[in-house]
Amino acid sequence: MLQPFSISRVTRRKWLSGLGWGLAAASFVLVATPLLDILYTVIRKGMSALSFALFTQVTNGISGGLLNAITGTLVLVSGALIFAAPVGILAGIYLSEFGRGRFGRTVRFLDDVLAGVPSIVLGYFSYVTLVIGLGWQFSVLAGSLTLAIMVVPYIARFTEISFMQVPGGLREAGYALGLREFTVITRLALPLALPGILTGVLFAIAIALGETAPLIYTAGWSNFLWNGKLIHEPIGYLTYVIWSFINQPYRSAHALAFAAAFLVILMVLVINVGLNAALRRSRPARTGLR
Amino acid sequence: MKLRPFRIVLVLVTSLIPLALLAVLVFLARYSWPALTFNGWHFLTGHTWNLGNLYADPVKQRGVLAPIGANYGILVFIVGTLLTSAIALIIAVPISLGVAVFLAEGLRSRLRTPLSFVVEMLAAVPSVVYGLWGYAVLTPLVAHTVGPGLRSVLGFIPFFAGAVGSGYGLLAASIVLALMVVPIIAATVRDALAQVPSETKEAAYALGATHFEVVRRAMLPAVRGNIIGACILGLGRALGETMAVLMVSGGALNYFPGNIYSPVTTMASFIVSQLDSAMQDPTGMAVRSLAEIALILFIISVLTNIIARLLTGTSRNASAV
Repeated sequence: MLQPFSISRVTRRKWLSGLGWGLAAASFVLVATPLLDILYTVIRKGMSALSFALFTQVTNGISGGLLNAITGTLVLVSGALIFAAPVGILAGIYLSEFGRGRFGRTVRFLDDVLAGVPSIVLGYFSYVTLVIGLGWQFSVLAGSLTLAIMVVPYIARFTEISFMQVPGGLREAGYALGLREFTVITRLALPLALPGILTGVLFAIAIALGETAPLIYTAGWSNFLWNGKLIHEPIGYLTYVIWSFINQPYRSAHALAFAAAFLVILMVLVINVGLNAALRRSRPARTGLR
Repeated sequence: MKLRPFRIVLVLVTSLIPLALLAVLVFLARYSWPALTFNGWHFLTGHTWNLGNLYADPVKQRGVLAPIGANYGILVFIVGTLLTSAIALIIAVPISLGVAVFLAEGLRSRLRTPLSFVVEMLAAVPSVVYGLWGYAVLTPLVAHTVGPGLRSVLGFIPFFAGAVGSGYGLLAASIVLALMVVPIIAATVRDALAQVPSETKEAAYALGATHFEVVRRAMLPAVRGNIIGACILGLGRALGETMAVLMVSGGALNYFPGNIYSPVTTMASFIVSQLDSAMQDPTGMAVRSLAEIALILFIISVLTNIIARLLTGTSRNASAV
């Protein structure tokens, strides 16, 4: 009596389960396809726009090369790291070593909140305070500081996580030998945490390289090479070329936009592949410590 | 208590992070104060953004100097922001759950890492590159294939009927946003699924559930809080996204979207698009009103993030950033 009913029910459940897995796989294909198409489009159109002049000439109106933008991006990202790396690393050390209390918990929470603030808001904040308020105008310093505020939360987070993974016994051994707190942290824990910190810094570089919105209102744009002035002088960068030149109705402008996108994607891709390999290598060690 | 210089330095440097947040709030509020008094509540309910007559002498209105005829209302941009984000989430949430389930449970471990990398790359692509792809590939696709297809299937609903247009607009912006939100939700849910205790799964298996039923009936309900938190996190990202939306949304000024193909403008992308024209204003009231938009965006993003973090717990690992 039960037999036919239960068989059809089991079959139905198997079918539904199969359908469920099919939908799950289909949704993966649905997001993987655009990603592959983005990479394919940018690489194909970017490669065809590559030339020697791209790396030797500055932008001239809507044609020429990208030397000013390439060097500008490097200057802005390095500038951001000069501010963000020390702050992020020290904050991460504090959160990991002394961050159990209320202040530590609050900072950890606000660190996440800061990471979630839209980059255009940070850009406009810098525009109001640095560019207009302090009269720096569009400048390297304003752009770098904005990028720094953006990436500090990530460096702090990565540093904290990598310090947490240093075994507590190591610190205790140091204290048992009579070492000071400073020595224990900088001589014993830091060397072990260093790969994790570098991962965080790389992650920050990948983010800073691709940012546009916070720079439009702070770094401006320049056709010329950076002359070394920190304020009162705008600077070019690659992502500006992408968004601004693609709207120009000229083939040379479009070629430059795709070439710039190719360079940005290439750098981001390389950093992410490296990060992925580094994180995977450190994973067994990480679980071993728990 | 002993004085510890090292700790003092650490605390001072660490305080810079909360201070930065506070500074953004304080300086945006201070700078936009004249705009706040000039615009009043009309800022949120008005739907015309008019810089006024920039060539005539500005006059004193409501206690502040502003160009004649200046009127700043951002309801159109608020609607654009909410609509693009809502449609993006409607597209992204089911897909993200599918991706998360597929990556967490549907693969043998050897394939899991390389396929997870696809989702990580999706998060790593800069937003301006999404915009470029949207411009070169997606908008033609929306204009010629997706839009007409959607209209022929769902055209009986007014929101999906009407002219498909150039491809730039609400639909294209929502699709791009959905792509940018998927990795955030998928990574968070995947990590949460991996944390589900094996007892929960074994209990479901012991009741005779198939593998998918274990996922559907035991694991997904167990991570419901994380799913909601991840969606709010994704919403926060979508609300504040700037460049990609700017490049595919078509930029509507002073009118509301009539259907899903209409051009729209979001609050974030409007700030960028107004850079040049706002600086023409000698009284600076336009720049201050833009600061008011930034202030509102800041408050929205802080609130969504706080809600999301409370729901997912404070632990966020590196893969989900």
